[in-house]
Amino acid sequence: MSAENSVAPAESISRERSASSSGNDARLGQRTTPLGLGVIQGMLITLRQFTGTYPVGRWLLRLLRLDKGDGLVTISYPEVKQQHDERFRYFPFLVYDGTKDNLRCVACRICEQECPPQCIHIVMQKDEKGSPVKAHGRTLPKTFDIDVSICMSCRICVDVCPFDAIEMDNTYEHANYARGREMVMDKDRLLKSNEYFQKIKPSESAVVDARMGAKKAKEDAAAAAAAAPKPAAPGAPEAKV
Amino acid sequence: MTHIFSGASPAGTIDQVFVSAQSFLLSFLPQALVPWASILVRIGVIAALAPAIMMYLTWLERKIIARMQNRFGPDRVGIYGLMQPLSDGLKMLNKEDIVPNGADRLLHLLAPIMAVSPAILLFAVIPFGRNMAAVDLNVGLLYLLAVSSISSYAIFMGGWASRSKFSVLGAARTVAQIISYEVPGVLSVVTVIMITGTLSLVGIVEAQADRWFIATPWGFVGAVIFFLCGVAEVNRTPFDMPEAESELVGGFHTEYSGMKFALWYMAEFLETFAVCAFTTTLFLGGWQGPAVPFWTVTAVSAAMIVTALRLPIAAKAFGVAAMAALTLLFWKDPVPSWIWFLTKTYLLVFVMVWFRGTFPRLRVDQLMGFAWKFLLPLTLINIVAAGVWVWFAFPVGTLLSVTILIAGIWGLVRVNSPEPVSLRRFELAD
Amino acid sequence: MATRQAPLMPESVLQSDVLEVNLGPQHPSTHGVFRMIASLDGETIVKLKPCFGYMHRNHEQIAEGITYIASFPYTDRLDYLCSMTNNFGLAVAIEKLGGIPISERGEYIRVIMAELTRLVNHTAVTGFLLNDMGAFGTPLLYAFREREKILDLFESASGSRMMCNYIRPGGVREDVTDAWLDRARGIVREYPRFLDEFEKLLRDNEIVRQRTQNVGVLPKDLAVSASITGPMLRATGVNYDIRKVDGYSIYPRFNFKVPLGSIGDVFDRYYVRVLEMRESLKILEQALKDIPKTSPHLSPKGQAMGKAPRTFKPAKGEAYGRIESPKGELGFFLVSDGTPRPYRYHVRAPSFINLTILEDMCLGHKVADAIVILGSVDIVLGEVDR
Repeated sequence: MSAENSVAPAESISRERSASSSGNDARLGQRTTPLGLGVIQGMLITLRQFTGTYPVGRWLLRLLRLDKGDGLVTISYPEVKQQHDERFRYFPFLVYDGTKDNLRCVACRICEQECPPQCIHIVMQKDEKGSPVKAHGRTLPKTFDIDVSICMSCRICVDVCPFDAIEMDNTYEHANYARGREMVMDKDRLLKSNEYFQKIKPSESAVVDARMGAKKAKEDAAAAAAAAPKPAAPGAPEAKV
Repeated sequence: MTHIFSGASPAGTIDQVFVSAQSFLLSFLPQALVPWASILVRIGVIAALAPAIMMYLTWLERKIIARMQNRFGPDRVGIYGLMQPLSDGLKMLNKEDIVPNGADRLLHLLAPIMAVSPAILLFAVIPFGRNMAAVDLNVGLLYLLAVSSISSYAIFMGGWASRSKFSVLGAARTVAQIISYEVPGVLSVVTVIMITGTLSLVGIVEAQADRWFIATPWGFVGAVIFFLCGVAEVNRTPFDMPEAESELVGGFHTEYSGMKFALWYMAEFLETFAVCAFTTTLFLGGWQGPAVPFWTVTAVSAAMIVTALRLPIAAKAFGVAAMAALTLLFWKDPVPSWIWFLTKTYLLVFVMVWFRGTFPRLRVDQLMGFAWKFLLPLTLINIVAAGVWVWFAFPVGTLLSVTILIAGIWGLVRVNSPEPVSLRRFELAD
Repeated sequence: MATRQAPLMPESVLQSDVLEVNLGPQHPSTHGVFRMIASLDGETIVKLKPCFGYMHRNHEQIAEGITYIASFPYTDRLDYLCSMTNNFGLAVAIEKLGGIPISERGEYIRVIMAELTRLVNHTAVTGFLLNDMGAFGTPLLYAFREREKILDLFESASGSRMMCNYIRPGGVREDVTDAWLDRARGIVREYPRFLDEFEKLLRDNEIVRQRTQNVGVLPKDLAVSASITGPMLRATGVNYDIRKVDGYSIYPRFNFKVPLGSIGDVFDRYYVRVLEMRESLKILEQALKDIPKTSPHLSPKGQAMGKAPRTFKPAKGEAYGRIESPKGELGFFLVSDGTPRPYRYHVRAPSFINLTILEDMCLGHKVADAIVILGSVDIVLGEVDR
């Protein structure tokens, strides 16, 4: 779609429109072709579409100045796949920075509670005594299951996560012959790197990276200023407004 | 105009290639057996040709309608989807044969067979080319009209035997439609019989040597009427209310599955081809055509092969080489008669498919109104116009008949106008 | 609803029985799983009972157990052809309930999405009419080709073509870029050309005219007393468009007219929809021109709600928010008891209400007409059954 200066043409179109369909135009709804020829008109439209789908036909239409830019609109999947827009969302994935054990998720279970069809199941990693285990200074999930057959791609889990740990992926080829465990994506299959996130969604990941960078800068400043022996736990869920 | 729509192209080698092949094969047999063997050969050819024509007619229809809707048709099964009809046939054979509880099994089985048989029988009189009609009956036209009306029996039998409300309703509607459209169809052909004086189809084709009947005023109207009646007989859009999927889920063939359904389907497509073939024979000059050299055909075929995007290079090369060989071999020949016939027939088939891709259907009462209130009086006027045309010399005859026809059409349109000048108003309020 | 029997042909010599026939639920033309039990006298309909509920999914019950924001994906699936306007309706209701302010840019984006949805819906419905009449899908596919362009716009803005889940109380969930606005302007500029062709197809085709005129006539007073809304009501001549009557959102700023029919038959309904598409294009031009550049797309209270839905506890009370969806008046009735989850959540679905009058419109017509009339009511079973 061309990004032309669209102010002037839009106005002229609205002027045209209002001229033809203004007030109570008695000509609204009346036929404009003589009786019997309306069907011929319909046939000519179909014929034009038909010839326009062949290269020879398109050349002919261009010659006769009838070419209106129609042609075959089908994409031969799977040889050709449609390129989706950046914001296209299908199924969530967990983000990690660097290595797979440095995942951002802290198993706070907010996404599990907010998910409308309740397709997320999280169990926090706990040791034998029942207290949470920490890695990289934060808690982490032991299991993180999302059921592909239940998820409705609503993106609410992404909206509510305070740690930008879960984002929407755009792969949609999850079809499977099995119905049980195959349709449940566990933590391993969900973990994808931040580089992957930057590749599929450049502008969104830029915003997230900026936010995380600002947060880290603030924490570093606070840690340096406080000069306390223990750094403030960055994993504490704060309600971000 | 006389030059374009005329011309008895002289016979060349390639024109009579099938006839020569048949006589060559039969020369191996003793003289006494030749008539019988010749009949068997013709039957065999028709029995092999008819299903093949039907299958590739379904392919053609799906592809053309798809292209009109800006999409590819079937193109996964074989290149360009050419194996699709075969896979459809296999599918039909594999399906379970379900007969409704309480249905009359014998009639349920007989009905599709009775529908297909006349359709194939019609192929016996079609003159595919010069000397290429399987049987040159001297009452060929009568045979055509009689045999094609057997299908209404089959349809009602099929609907009744299914013992289902939908089927009976659908069958009743179909029979009413077929009977209503037979009358104007037959009457439009009467003009041809009047002018040529013969019922033999080969004779009618030969009578169009200097001018095809469609180039005459009565022939034009008659051709259009015959074609429309043919479309209605075959139950195709816009006259396919009886088998409308969106109303009563299939009408008379709702309860058929598997091979029986395939037979109904086959009957419909064979009759489609037959209607187009007969329109060509009666009005478009059959296998006649102006004297065009044969290399035009091979040149067009070669161009199509070269511009086909999906063929591999080897196939393209082979195709172009074959066309070149044919051109060199038959340099002096004109376009063969059977190619003229097939071209005209498939052009009409394209028009039928074009109708199907464009029009919504007419409701049953509108359908019947169209036949009885518009087409039937028009055919009677057409007969008068034909008589006037043949009685007076050119140009008086032509002018008079054109006037009569135009006046008739105008009058009928006025009488049948669907609604008065519309009293409805649309308002744009604030 | 009291059933009326059309009189059997008086003084008929032939005694004919009434045939009871099921149209649906498995049927290519009932716009979803919908069943009509028709009693036929020959070809004429004598009694018609609509029977629905095959697609009931407990939408209202589910909403009582989840937060207000979590209901938004479910509203997408109510009238699945017009997900943006469904979201809009719920957002209006929640804003009324909780007193959430709406940002300027958010308002404009909402109106743009709502009018694009109107285009999408009316195009699809008109295409379906021609499909129901047997035109083997060709006009339908042309309509869908145009619709695809708008659905691509929706995908660029919200991430999903049909289940958008985009509009939130306070604005919209994510902002649109300038490139998106230019694409939208391009589509609005080219749409009238397609509309002209489509309108001509409808208006001049003799077969279409014969099949739709004086079929399924709905008198004005019957429509009003049966709470019919939307294009069906305006086709009978009643000037009632919620965008003008309520003036919700920023609609009073735009200059557009309301098309009205006169007879109220199938042809009128379709033509009113075509005219409404033109009015939507006018609104779109104005909105795309005037959209402010500096306002956020979501008000702060809306952002807070989006980030932590469980903190939104509206005061006890009730609110009814309604919008003019492409099918009629779509209303959401919310009762809050002070908790993050609604106490009662009810959807006033226009398709459901409009369907109650189906019998009165179909009596005396033929079976083929019943299908065409059903198509002109413009139902989507997701909304009818919720």
